[in-house]
Amino acid sequence: MVVEEPSGALRLVGLSKRFGAVTVVDRLDLTVPAGSFFALLGPSGCGKTTTLRMVAGLTEPTGGRILLGDEDITRLRPYRRPVNTVFQSYALFPHLDVFENVAFGLRRRGVPEVAGQVRRMLSLVQLDGYERHRPEQLSGGQQQRVALARALVNRPRVLLLDEPLGALDLALRRRMQGELRRLRTEVGGTFVHVTHDQEEAMTLADTVAVMNAGRVEQLGTPAELYEFPATAFVATFLGRSNLLAGTVNGRSGDDLLVEAYGRRFSVPSARSRVDSGAVLLGVRPEKVRLVGTAEQVPAGHQWLDGTVTDVGYFGVSTEYSVRTGAGVELSVFAAADGESARIPAGSPVLAHWHPRHAFLLHHDPHHCLHHCLHHDLHDDAAAAAAAAAAAVRAGRE
Amino acid sequence: MSRSGRGRVVPYLLLLPGLLWLVLFFLAPAVQLAATSLYDPAGSLTSGYAMTWSFGNYPDAVAAYGAQLGRSFGYAGLATLLALLLGYPLAYVIALRAGRWQYLLLVCVVAPMFTSFLVRTLAWKTVLSDGGAVVGLLRDLHLLAPDGRLLATPAAVVTSLTYCYLPFMVLPLYASLQRLDPRLLEAAGDLFARPAQVFRRVTLPLSMPGVVAGTLLTFIPATGDYVNAELLGTPNEYMVGNVIDAAFLVRLDYPQGAALSVLLMVAILALVIGWLRRAGPAEAG
Repeated sequence: MVVEEPSGALRLVGLSKRFGAVTVVDRLDLTVPAGSFFALLGPSGCGKTTTLRMVAGLTEPTGGRILLGDEDITRLRPYRRPVNTVFQSYALFPHLDVFENVAFGLRRRGVPEVAGQVRRMLSLVQLDGYERHRPEQLSGGQQQRVALARALVNRPRVLLLDEPLGALDLALRRRMQGELRRLRTEVGGTFVHVTHDQEEAMTLADTVAVMNAGRVEQLGTPAELYEFPATAFVATFLGRSNLLAGTVNGRSGDDLLVEAYGRRFSVPSARSRVDSGAVLLGVRPEKVRLVGTAEQVPAGHQWLDGTVTDVGYFGVSTEYSVRTGAGVELSVFAAADGESARIPAGSPVLAHWHPRHAFLLHHDPHHCLHHCLHHDLHDDAAAAAAAAAAAVRAGRE
Repeated sequence: MSRSGRGRVVPYLLLLPGLLWLVLFFLAPAVQLAATSLYDPAGSLTSGYAMTWSFGNYPDAVAAYGAQLGRSFGYAGLATLLALLLGYPLAYVIALRAGRWQYLLLVCVVAPMFTSFLVRTLAWKTVLSDGGAVVGLLRDLHLLAPDGRLLATPAAVVTSLTYCYLPFMVLPLYASLQRLDPRLLEAAGDLFARPAQVFRRVTLPLSMPGVVAGTLLTFIPATGDYVNAELLGTPNEYMVGNVIDAAFLVRLDYPQGAALSVLLMVAILALVIGWLRRAGPAEAG
């Protein structure tokens, strides 16, 4: 039933899920290479958890197929899939101790040598000696490890992680991220990680798919996504971006010329997703520098002038908000390298950047640019509640 | 800072009314009942009873009415088992599958209790009557001989007991199944458990508190029940309750009635403790 073969990518072909009139996952095509650590990243309600549940067999797709290697598992019952899940709520069996929780999958499959495997797995997640503890006697982090061990002990072809670190506090979350990376190298196999935490996705995964409204907006390595986002959504969900609305009005060699807010900018065409019409010129806040006068702007850099309206001190960096003459708000991160003095609020400044750090995106005027620009860090509690609601919705069908 | 003297006394004051009630209306009568069971069996209501520590009342009572005593536990056990088999699926569907019909279905389960116990039992008598539809159907299906009947059989008494106490089985089962986290069932499925194994390994163990409460709430009153045997059975189906009833109200043999009552109480207590030990709290995996 469960074949122990490492090969075989997980492929989602035209996968859809509708709950009534609401399309949660919309004709999703995705290939997760065997052996990769894959993150599905997106805001709550983007369909990532539903996608995961369809792979696990807990939610039935409305359309499309799920392939594991050459095998079509779309209609397989969950207990027949060589796939295991680490649930967001852990879902540990309260009537069983740690040992029996971890042994559960092995026992159901009638695997011999249960005790040895369970003990090895418990020591891998550093829970030796906790065999006879009940889940309610464990801390959140320990419960998390039991949930991981309970899934991993079955050597799943694909391990599904549903916001596994969402319920932990920040310090513990960082530690468990390291733990996950270590487990991944020791155990191997394909990991599919669902999260709304872009930092978690970037530090853990080797491939990230950014999901929005039931579709994948962009797929690539964390560096690819961050350095050259494909859409305004990705540019603002994965890290932050300054996006200037403008129009392409010419070309100069390998550069596209963009007019925005009455000024002319250039962007290398290799860093442009479009070459005409309405565009968004993007530049990451840490790529922007602030100087006092036009003479201080390095040659080849482009700039906007404005006034510092807010200064946020973060220790490793300082975040400035700059309101430009044209009325755009820019974010600027200045590394605390000890070279430059802090600029007080109210100072007139020039914000400048090198064109090779800019990128050009298609500007869909119907798109909620306002929302994207002011996209803030997600509220964990709200996201967890929304995910739980989605799970309930999914469970109800 | 520290709790005042009054703060420490208050809990006991709150206990007092209940304790008084128990002492007056449970402990004192129970002691009186135990004492009565040891009175001289030769006494009578008119001549009065003498306390002779007649432990012989017990073996005498068992010798005379052992069959009814055994029948009580047999019928009650059977009715409890039937109620569990009927009640568990019912409670499961109401708690986990009924959605917005949940509360309506619960009301339906409890509704019969709005009518008097006697009326319900008499209605059951009509249902099982010789000219009734049930007997007719069973005869047509040859499950019952052409002259066979249901009334005045053990089957009538047991099915009626089951019917009477079913709500007491369903309600605690519903309460424990309703608390069951459906994500645990998903997790079990994800960990290779087939539906039957999910039930056996997760649903059932987690609903054991409901099973224990339901079986106790059904078994204990069913054992002492005598109305069903009286109305639906013959003396051949009489349970110990009927004997005790007759001992106190017809034969006026108080020591024997008391001895049977004490025996019944002790036997139920022993069974309950045994059952709680086996299936009670802290059930291990």
